[in-house]
Amino acid sequence: MLSFVIRRLGTMALTMLCLTMIVFFLINLEPNLKKLAISQTEMHTSAEQLESWLVNHGYRQNFFVRYAQWLGVVPKQPVTDPATGKPAQRFSFCNDPVVPTFAGVLEGDFGCSTKFKASVASKLFPALGATGTLMLCVLAVMVPISLLIGILAGMREGSRTDRVLSVASIASTATPEYVSGVIFTVIFASWLGWLNGSAASASQGITFYNFTLPVMTLAIYGIGYIARMTRASMVEVMTQQYIRTARLKGLSFGSVVVKHALRNALIAPFTVIMLQFPWLLTGVVIVEVMFRYQGFGYTLVEAAGNNDIDLLLGCSLVSVFIVLITQLISDVGYAFLNPRIRVQ
Amino acid sequence: MPVQYISAFTVVLEVLSRFWPVWIALLIVMGASFAYKKKLALYGQLFDSGVGIVGVGICLFWLFTAIFAATISPFDPLAQVPIMKDVLPGAIEPQSGLTYLFGGDKLARDVFSRMVYGSQIVLIIAPAATGFALMVGITLGLPAGYYGGKIDTVLSFLANLVLAFPVILLFYLLVTPGIMDTPIPYAMAGVFFLFPIIFFSVLFWTRYKNRPDRLYILLGITLIVGGWIYAGLVFDADPLKIVHIDPNQLNIFVAVVFASSPGVFRIVRGLVMDIKTRDYVAAAQTRGESPWYIMLWEILPNARGPLIVDACLRIGYTTILLGTLGYFGLGLAPESPDWGTAIKDASRLLRSFIHPALPPTIALMSFVLGLNLLADSLREQSMKD
Repeated sequence: MLSFVIRRLGTMALTMLCLTMIVFFLINLEPNLKKLAISQTEMHTSAEQLESWLVNHGYRQNFFVRYAQWLGVVPKQPVTDPATGKPAQRFSFCNDPVVPTFAGVLEGDFGCSTKFKASVASKLFPALGATGTLMLCVLAVMVPISLLIGILAGMREGSRTDRVLSVASIASTATPEYVSGVIFTVIFASWLGWLNGSAASASQGITFYNFTLPVMTLAIYGIGYIARMTRASMVEVMTQQYIRTARLKGLSFGSVVVKHALRNALIAPFTVIMLQFPWLLTGVVIVEVMFRYQGFGYTLVEAAGNNDIDLLLGCSLVSVFIVLITQLISDVGYAFLNPRIRVQ
Repeated sequence: MPVQYISAFTVVLEVLSRFWPVWIALLIVMGASFAYKKKLALYGQLFDSGVGIVGVGICLFWLFTAIFAATISPFDPLAQVPIMKDVLPGAIEPQSGLTYLFGGDKLARDVFSRMVYGSQIVLIIAPAATGFALMVGITLGLPAGYYGGKIDTVLSFLANLVLAFPVILLFYLLVTPGIMDTPIPYAMAGVFFLFPIIFFSVLFWTRYKNRPDRLYILLGITLIVGGWIYAGLVFDADPLKIVHIDPNQLNIFVAVVFASSPGVFRIVRGLVMDIKTRDYVAAAQTRGESPWYIMLWEILPNARGPLIVDACLRIGYTTILLGTLGYFGLGLAPESPDWGTAIKDASRLLRSFIHPALPPTIALMSFVLGLNLLADSLREQSMKD
């Protein structure tokens, strides 16, 4: 078991290395650097000035050197001030060192956000906290509802409850966040006026009034999917021999479902819920932009829209990490839950 | 001069009547399908369940809407009539006397016509991108599942790499105006669009190796048609100027194929690993058939059930992806009538006007719902056998 986890962690590290390199490459494409230089210098700068800005801020060093610097295996060099010729800080707004130091991701330094004029860490972690709150609420709503729907539908395959719930869950998987968000806003905010169509105030304090719409919108897409998986798993379990035995023994249907079927039927949904995180991530971006909630997704869009290299790298590192770690948890958890698949 | 309105009931009637070519086409196709459903194999079985009928109906509805868009829509989707800015549904355009059935948006364009024309964009890109993703996924998934070992390790690692990217980040990196200045989208298009040509060439080669008369014709057709489309799509160098794709549409197309082919790869790989243990594969191996013949002519046809279901779901998912791209304003032109862009434009103004937001959202939702219902009933039917 331990060696399996270690091997998986090794693959994970390799994957992250490859992915960050790809992201690093794509962000640092020539047009993107140009755009960054234009947005960081004053209006109407000539091409030479843009170029010298890029050189001065170290964007013209060798690609691999810069990647290694970002990673923290090669010391970051201070830039030379063109006026004085002395070493100077790369960006004054986030305490860049004036002597060569190892200051990369491995040392816990995520770099400098050019858009927000602050260190990436000071932007990214509060945003992650905000998104964490959102995610917790979503999971707290999504998981019980979807499991309940799935179990009720799968309990008696082909019954009317099953048909109705199945069509409802198919409908919910057909509703992406930007669709359900609009529809919910129209119904609950514009017509009924019960809820707030913007979650901008949720950064100060979460209330039912400003937080329900984002949570609802995010949950609805996942509910259908998890419910379908739970239903499939439940249907399969209900046809097993031991369920029939339990029924023939004279146990009531309810107690068979709760005591015998549920435990085995919930193994598959666990994996599905874990693997749902990458999807939720996209949903989070949409919902946070739509409801103006200042979380991780909002930061990602801001970073991507303004070509904020370090911030976007930080965001991608975090999101890739989340995807990979949930995959790992789902694999390990699956093995733990299902004695038949215990890893040798 | 105030804008005249017609009543809500008349709006409904007029919307229904504007779709007249769709209703006629639907009637013909559905009627024919019902009449001959015994002879239509899997497609015919769809008409045995209510879910299947609804699914096919919705998909066909949007298909015909896309085909007859020019007849259905009363206005040009890009035309702006200043007096009609933000008008409510049912407003009559004074000059032509035609109605803005679903009202006007903030740029005074007809929401109804935009919704109808939006279906064209979705129904061209989504199935085509899914088709290419299927080709890529199948061509790579077959050897990975069949041979296993190193080739499987490498390909699976690459697939997992792409799958570990959150889709939205991938799009922000791959679908930007800046990236069109670099050769990356063209290189990716060049690689992806090769796969169908490779696929069909190998397909015909393995089957008709010993029958040159058939082989040369089929290979020739594949290479000429494939090469022609390839030249048109990748290099925009179609000599006849028929095959043409806008650079930003190519960019979207490539990004969508890139994002969804690893999923197909995984499914194909899993199916192949399951099917290759069957007796008929062992029989083919004993006959001395070549590995690629076994993969393409023994394994692939037996994997078609799950693949068809997956393709249906995937077209729906691609539609959602396209909507996401439109919603974030990536790739598609800002005035493009596709549903995602329309939702983005309308959702910013929800506080003042809700009517421009509803038609594209409901259109997108119903189309994806139709595909999902179709996939569900296909799955059910194929499980019965």
